[in-house]
Formats: sequence, C-alpha cells, structure tokens
Amino acid sequence: MNGRGRQFEEAGVTPLEVRGVTKAFRPSRMRFGSNDGARRGPHTAVDNVSFRVAPGEIYGVIGANGSGKSTLIRILSTLLLPDRGEVRIFGHDVLRDPQSVRPLLNRVSADPSFFRAMSAMENLLFFGRAYGLTGAEARQHSLAILRRLHLGERHSRQPMLHLSRGQQQKVAVARAFLSIPRLMLLDEPTTGLDPRSKRDVQGFVAEVRRQDGVTILLTTHDMDEAELMCDRIGFLSGGRLVAEGTPLELRTQVAAGRPLDQVDMETVFMALTGRSVEEDEDEDEANEHHEEDHDEGDSSRMEGARR
Amino acid sequence: MTTAEIVLRRPPRRLALGWAFVERQTNLWKRHWAWELVWLVYGVVNTLAITFIAKEAANTGAVTSTTELPRLTLFLLIGTLVWAYMSAVLDDMSLVIMWERWEGTIEHTLMTPVPRVVHLLGMSVFGVLHGLIRTSLILACSLPFFSVDLGHADWPVAAAVIAVGSISLVGLGILSGILPLLYPERGEQMSFMVQALVLLVSGVYYAVNVLPGWLQAVSHFSPATYLLRGIRDAIINGDGLSHEAGNLAILALFGVLMVPGALAAFAVAERWAKKTGRLKRQG
Repeated sequence: MNGRGRQFEEAGVTPLEVRGVTKAFRPSRMRFGSNDGARRGPHTAVDNVSFRVAPGEIYGVIGANGSGKSTLIRILSTLLLPDRGEVRIFGHDVLRDPQSVRPLLNRVSADPSFFRAMSAMENLLFFGRAYGLTGAEARQHSLAILRRLHLGERHSRQPMLHLSRGQQQKVAVARAFLSIPRLMLLDEPTTGLDPRSKRDVQGFVAEVRRQDGVTILLTTHDMDEAELMCDRIGFLSGGRLVAEGTPLELRTQVAAGRPLDQVDMETVFMALTGRSVEEDEDEDEANEHHEEDHDEGDSSRMEGARR
Repeated sequence: MTTAEIVLRRPPRRLALGWAFVERQTNLWKRHWAWELVWLVYGVVNTLAITFIAKEAANTGAVTSTTELPRLTLFLLIGTLVWAYMSAVLDDMSLVIMWERWEGTIEHTLMTPVPRVVHLLGMSVFGVLHGLIRTSLILACSLPFFSVDLGHADWPVAAAVIAVGSISLVGLGILSGILPLLYPERGEQMSFMVQALVLLVSGVYYAVNVLPGWLQAVSHFSPATYLLRGIRDAIINGDGLSHEAGNLAILALFGVLMVPGALAAFAVAERWAKKTGRLKRQG
C-alpha cells in the first residue's frame, strides 16, 4: 500500500461503510394498455445490506444477474437513493453530501458507455476536465494509462464506435482511473472481454491498487476472477448479503472435512446461497416487468448485445 | 487530495468545470457535421420559404404600399431567424439528459463532481453560441434573396435584446430539459410540444394581436414574445434604448425568475429521478 493508503489507515477513515441499505422498486403505474402495475407489488432489489471495506482492500460482491449488485453500485455512485440505511464513503454521507463524495470515487461498468462518434481521447478529455484536470493533464494521463493497457495513441484518435469491445472497455478503465479516485467501483469490468483483454484489465487494476492503494469494490459473477483479485468476498443473493469472508474463510465454512483445494468457489456459492447462478437468471426472467422499469442494467444489456 | 477535491475547493476553477461541456458539445458538433449541414440547409430553406410569402402578398395585392413590402419581408425574415436561434438553444438544452441516455453515458456524467448548476450553465453557453453561429449562417445565406433596408436598424439595441432575452431562453431550455429526466420514454416528445406552444403564442410569423384573446393572454407569459418584439422594433423601426427599456426590463425579469426557478426545478426532478431509479441509460 502506498503513502496515501497508509495515511487513511492511520487516520482510521473507513473508505466504504454500508449500513442496513434497502431499496425497493415499484412497478410503473403509467403503462398504457396494461393493468399489470396494479397487480404487482414492489420488488426489493437490495435488502438490509451492511458491510465495510478497509483502506486499500479489494472487496468482491458476488451474485447472479438480478441479485442487486448494480443497484448497490448505483447507490454508492450517488445515482440512486435507498429507501433505508446509510452509506459513508471516507466518512462522507453519500445521501446527504454527494458533492463531497463524487471527487473521491469513480466507476467502471460492464457496458463501456461513451459518446460513440467522438474519439477515445475526446471522451477522455471530457471526463478528465469534469474531474478538474486541465486539457494537457487529461491527454497526458490518458495516454499513459492507455499504454499500460496496451492501447496506442492511434487507438485514442479513433471514434469509439470503430474500437472493439475489449478496446472500448480498456478506454472505460482509463476513464475511471484518470481522476485518480480513492474508491473505485468495478461493476463486472471484464464481462464479455476476450481472455487477453481480461488479463490486461485485471493486471492493471492489481497494479494500480498496489501502487496507489486505491480501495476497490468489485462486483462480478466470475468466481475465478473474484478469488484471484479479492481480499474479501460477500455473496449477494436475492438482494441480501448472505455470507462474507476471505476466500479461505468461505471455503473453510463449507469444506466439511474435505481438502480446501477440492472446494471451488462455485460450490461455496451454491452451499451458502442455496442457489446457482442459473437459478438466479431464471428469477430474472420471472421479474422481467420490474427489470423493464428499473433494470439491473448493465449485465442484462450486455447479454442482449451478445445475442 | 484528488485533483477533483482541489478544484471543488476553489470556486473559480469549479466554474471552469463547465468548459468541459462546451468543449464536449463542440466535439460532438464536429463529429456530427453532416447533421449540422442538414439543419443549416433546412433553416435556410425554411427562412426563404416563409419570407417569400411577403412577395406573394405583393403579387396578390394584399400589400400595396411600396414601403409595406420591405417591411413585411423584414418582419418575416426576423421571425424565421429568431425562431431558428430559439429552437437551436431549446433543442440543445433538451438534449442535456436525452443525448446522454441514448449514448449510455448519463450515469458517468451525473456522478462527476461538476455541480449541476455549472453543468447546465456549460450546456447553455454552448447552446447560445451554437444558436448564434447557425443563425448567422442562415442569415448570410438568405439575405441575398431579398431587398431589405437595414439602414434604420439600431444594432446595439438589437444585440442587447438578444443578450438579455437569451437568459430567459436558457431558463426555458433548462425547464424543457427536465421532461426527459422525468419521462425517459416520452420526455423528448413533450419538449417538442413546449417548443410548439412557444411558436404559436409568441408572434414568430405574425403579430400577437391576430391571436384569439385567450392566446394573446398566454403570449404574455412567453419570453419569446418580448424577444421578438424588441428585435423587430430595433431593426425595423430603429427604436433606441429609451423605447426598448420596457421590453428589456421584462426580459430581464423573466431571466431573473426563470433561470433560478428552472435550476431549482431541475434539482427537484433529479432527486425524484434518483429515488425512482430513472437516472440510467435508455435503449
């Protein structure tokens, strides 16, 4: 951990503290030609979730599509107000003081959304300036990060729509780290990437964490990725955090005398949540109407795009 | 301390964050130059098509006096040009949320530390500059088609009316930008309806006094009514500052009330959108 990470640790400031957060969505009442809204009740996307993330830690939130991961990320990103509970980022209340929180955090989503006609550099210039960098600083930092992600200056001049999915996601990673955040929210950052791009992104994240002591919240349904990158993991199922611990602690919990190397994280997830990833995806289908109004967003959209 | 934290502690640099939006919109404008060309051609054709009605009026004998034809021509020309300017500003402002939804960038943009006031003012500065450039090009392309006398025009007063009127226009633009925030699927159409209503009641192509009484009453609540009246008075009649003080005062009052009111309304709408989960991409 670098000086900045240690500084927070010594000061006793918790980068992220989530206490009893709950968010339910009600179906839209204004749907023409349908009375479904009257019949359906609210859908609880996040249900009384609490956890803390220590300075410089990578905390993984594992859950299937529709388990509440993206809703949780939106709440932490100051874009969604929970019904109940409290979120503090470096001591600042996310609900009452979002303006103090925003300079401290940034985010990578599964879907690398950009102004598609603009070049990668024009996009990065905009987001760099929005976080207070000068034009020259934004260009210089952008190129440095893109180079570390094996993208050249040539790529930075191309319109985003001419870049491959993997290249776009690398630009999304550059956008997020350009502002030198203290807390990074990585919402399924490697979903849909080819193996090489996935390794590049994972390597970059690990390197930044090691060098700058950035605290990271990583949501994923990729068990290998979670185990590879995370110090601690929480399992989110049906909007509830049902288990939490280091990968070793979680394996030990379900090993029941078996050697730990024979207990993979998929087995741990099934044992502790009582369901598999496929079951949760089925539930997504059942909750389709809620997803239309307030979808879990990025993951399902990426699935759609791949189809 | 992150760069963003340092910037947010210094108000002048905080204001400079708005430049990010002016620069971004300019880059988008350059990348979508073909669409800009389409709107320019459309604007020129629309201006010519409407202003030629003055010549038709002369041919059919509806206008007989030799002084009336240039006056009617100028009346229609100013109407189409001012409408081209106003619709450019209103369109740009209604895109504050809509474009971000289309591109999927809305979440990333709204979680940046740029205060919403600075964000909206940055978009407004671009909208006004964009509107002025497009309207100037339409004017340059259209003017050679007509014989109009601009010798009486009081240009500084006309410029003052545009400057003061643009403030209230920005307020109106921010208000129309709220609709896509509240109604992700129908907000765009609602914004166009607001524009259509402004077009009807503000005396763009005719004097307000030809409207039915109840629409004339509505016209008093449109800043565009006073903007158009002020510019026509300054350019056609050459009215000076003393004559236009009333129009300018009303436009200033609209600006003083509408901009803070629209910003407050946007803040309330944004909070509601955050509560109901509407701050996300569409499509």
